[in-house]
Amino acid sequence: MATITNIAAAPSKSSYHRLDPAHLKRRHRSEWFYRTSGFTAILIGISFLCMIITSIVWKGWSAFLQTNLTLEVFLDKEQINPDGRTDLITLHKGNYRQIARNSLYKQLGFSKNPPLATRRQLNKLLSRGVDVQIRDYVLSNPSVIGQTIKIPVLAHGNVDAFMKGSISRNTPSDRRQLNDQQVEWVDKLHAGGALYRDWNWGLFRFGASSQPETSGLRVAIIGSFFMMLIVIVLAVPLGVAAAAYLEEFAPKNWITDIIEVNINNLAAVPSIVFGLLGLSVFINIVGLPRSASLVGGLVLTLMTLPTVIIATRASIRAVPPSIREAAFGVGASKMQTLFHHTMPLAFPGVLTGTIIGLVQALGETAPLLMIGLVAFVVDAPSTPLDPSTALPVQIYMWATSAERGFVERTAGATIVLLAFLIIMNAVAIILRRYFERRW
Amino acid sequence: MLFTVLVLIVFGFVAFIAGVARAKAVAKINSNAKMHSRIRYHGTYCLIWATIPALFATLVLSAATHYTIDVIIKTDFPRDVRQLSKSKQAVIMGQVRFLSNKIKNLRLYKDISARKAEQILKAKSVIVGDSPPFYIIEAAYKHASLESLSFWIIIGVTGAFSLVGLLLALARIQPRLKARIFVETTMMVGLILASIIAVLTTIGIVGSVLIESINFFQRVSLDNFYLGTVWDPRFTSADSNRGEGQFGFLPLLWGTFYISFVALVIAVPIGLYAAIYLSEYASSSFRCFAKPLLEILAGIPTIIYGFFALISFGPFLRDAGAMVGLNISSTSVLTAGMVMGIMIIPFMSSLSDDIISAIPQSLREGSYGLGATKSETIRRIILPAALPGIVGAVLLAASRAIGETMIVVLAAGIAANLTLNPFESVTTITVKIVSQLTGDLEFNSPQTLAAFALGLTLFVVTLMLNIYALYIVRRYKEQYD
Repeated sequence: MATITNIAAAPSKSSYHRLDPAHLKRRHRSEWFYRTSGFTAILIGISFLCMIITSIVWKGWSAFLQTNLTLEVFLDKEQINPDGRTDLITLHKGNYRQIARNSLYKQLGFSKNPPLATRRQLNKLLSRGVDVQIRDYVLSNPSVIGQTIKIPVLAHGNVDAFMKGSISRNTPSDRRQLNDQQVEWVDKLHAGGALYRDWNWGLFRFGASSQPETSGLRVAIIGSFFMMLIVIVLAVPLGVAAAAYLEEFAPKNWITDIIEVNINNLAAVPSIVFGLLGLSVFINIVGLPRSASLVGGLVLTLMTLPTVIIATRASIRAVPPSIREAAFGVGASKMQTLFHHTMPLAFPGVLTGTIIGLVQALGETAPLLMIGLVAFVVDAPSTPLDPSTALPVQIYMWATSAERGFVERTAGATIVLLAFLIIMNAVAIILRRYFERRW
Repeated sequence: MLFTVLVLIVFGFVAFIAGVARAKAVAKINSNAKMHSRIRYHGTYCLIWATIPALFATLVLSAATHYTIDVIIKTDFPRDVRQLSKSKQAVIMGQVRFLSNKIKNLRLYKDISARKAEQILKAKSVIVGDSPPFYIIEAAYKHASLESLSFWIIIGVTGAFSLVGLLLALARIQPRLKARIFVETTMMVGLILASIIAVLTTIGIVGSVLIESINFFQRVSLDNFYLGTVWDPRFTSADSNRGEGQFGFLPLLWGTFYISFVALVIAVPIGLYAAIYLSEYASSSFRCFAKPLLEILAGIPTIIYGFFALISFGPFLRDAGAMVGLNISSTSVLTAGMVMGIMIIPFMSSLSDDIISAIPQSLREGSYGLGATKSETIRRIILPAALPGIVGAVLLAASRAIGETMIVVLAAGIAANLTLNPFESVTTITVKIVSQLTGDLEFNSPQTLAAFALGLTLFVVTLMLNIYALYIVRRYKEQYD
């Protein structure tokens, strides 16, 4: 406004009509400045988004591939059940690791017993989980004992990293996780077709493990699934009911004002404080087990509740009053109007709000750390009371683990989490498009 | 428990059908008297009587039996076990429950002794290696049989409540019964209870955090906590009973504010300019394309930002700093602050966008009419009018930044430094809450309770920021509506 006043207050009549060109140029420059810096700000924001996504996909795509090794395994009777018994306990106790190692020695052309130093080097090509893989194979089919069979097993994490190129061939041998001798063996196996890369089902099938190649997201995915289920079962009915009461029935007095302010503020309470609540109320006072997905689900429910309530209230408010008045006019009670007319019309908004709340809950990490979901859980939980973890917590645990091989897994887990979120968001958008109604 | 609830759902369905049938019969008999409520409401009336009292009975009984069983099991423990601390007993109870679950799943509590059960558990490789002391197996065995007993008691009592409720309700069905009124009142009570839960959550937060904090402040004085400059909680090992450690809050507060400040320095200008461009300059097609993209940034979970900071951004800053001769540690104020800034950009931009869009068009047109350019209108008209709202948005963003956890846990470091250097690592309130509470904890030690005192402070600070921000935004909004 100052520029305009300046012109108006200009002393001579001539300059009032003829604008000063330098002044005009300055005004145009300022125009250009605003436009450009606004555009730049948006570009910066979007480029940050691209940076994050690319860096994670770049680091993580290889986690979906895994190097496997086809071993010609001689299932030696001596190592499994010399006494010929085939009950579960005997079969469990077989020395499958030795079987796998012997097969590897043979496959690389060594006699039965290479020198100890060489054996040590050779053993490091196989994953630590190789005995479990062969054992499970034998357990599912005990008649194969004594035969020689081709079984695909996991290669060691270092071999995997070498095959994917994250351990470089050009690094000097003493600073490389695989020495020259091992690289030679890997090349030999690779050339013979025994070593190959395959889709990494293990990422979804394994639980926690200290070895990157045998650790997976199974426990985390099941835990997150339980939590989402609990949030849906609890937060949706409670949130919708609370919203319906506050919007349609609540008298305007100080109590409802408090509830109102309360809900708005709950939505902005730092998530970690909800974790403290969960720890002290659900675990310490009620006595629910630590590390259980039930407690996680309850905490996430409390966090999601305000989101669901706010979304539901907004969509109930968007239903025009004429609908209600028509229902009252034909003699419906307040409750009938709500459940027969208003709610069905508000449903799409409730649905989108709920999915947005679920998306937040699925990505939430901090409160879950407080209630002990940071746990080393090997077996998949079968009920919400069993120890478990959650997807984002698993990412946190892998991200902070010292082992270098976990970086790739972490990025892979991040991609899985993002994929779930994208799917849920897409569902929300499609539902909104499908149900959208303009009054 | 879950099974009982499922049974109740089925039973409720049956009760509904029975109620409808009964009401139809009653209506037929009294065909001269008009029914007060529709048939459906009589069904629901029976459903409510058959399920809700029974549900309460189940809840109360489950809690009661659970508690009683624990007491019974604990009195059977050997004397030396009963004298252990509470948390150690809890660990033992955890073992007992685990084994008891396995025993129940294998149905071992019937007709065999605890010794035999132990052998079977070993054979099934539930117990691997050394078996726990025999009293634990005995307790687990007893636990399993008591649990199965209590299960049948609960089922029986629930069934009885349900049946009696249904019969009473069926007997009361008659034309004058105000079934609809009853059903609607019950629903109303349900709705009110649901909205009270939100309040209970707040009371729960304040109550639980406050009680533990008071507990903490009985051991560490208020001024030691809030005015201390050294954070060194010294996890006391079992043998030493010397110092409790120092709980100086100031380094954490400083770290929190410093990182939030860096985040706001990044997010406020970018977010604000983005909002101005989106609402004043952008064509509607560009807006449709850019706005959702920016909002994706808000939808990314913070753990992913944290991972990005740890794995890409931190090392990148460190290398970039090394090139120009700066020594930037890979977890630093700058790393955490900048990544947090990225996270807040969409928050800032969509809040400001809402505020700028809410300014009446007439103000803009008045300004254009006087010959002002767009940028002059923005600077002289729109920004002053939107200023209170923008201040509110900045405050909300600040409260977001202060309460943010995962980014700082992964990117800010854990050393409680009081430093001005943005290239060094500092720590925040949230990081310390996490590090005090993960891992094995002995409740009731100042180390654990400190987390609650920190949580209380965090809650109060963010609450005040939010209330003040909402107050500013609301007061400003009323001017134009």
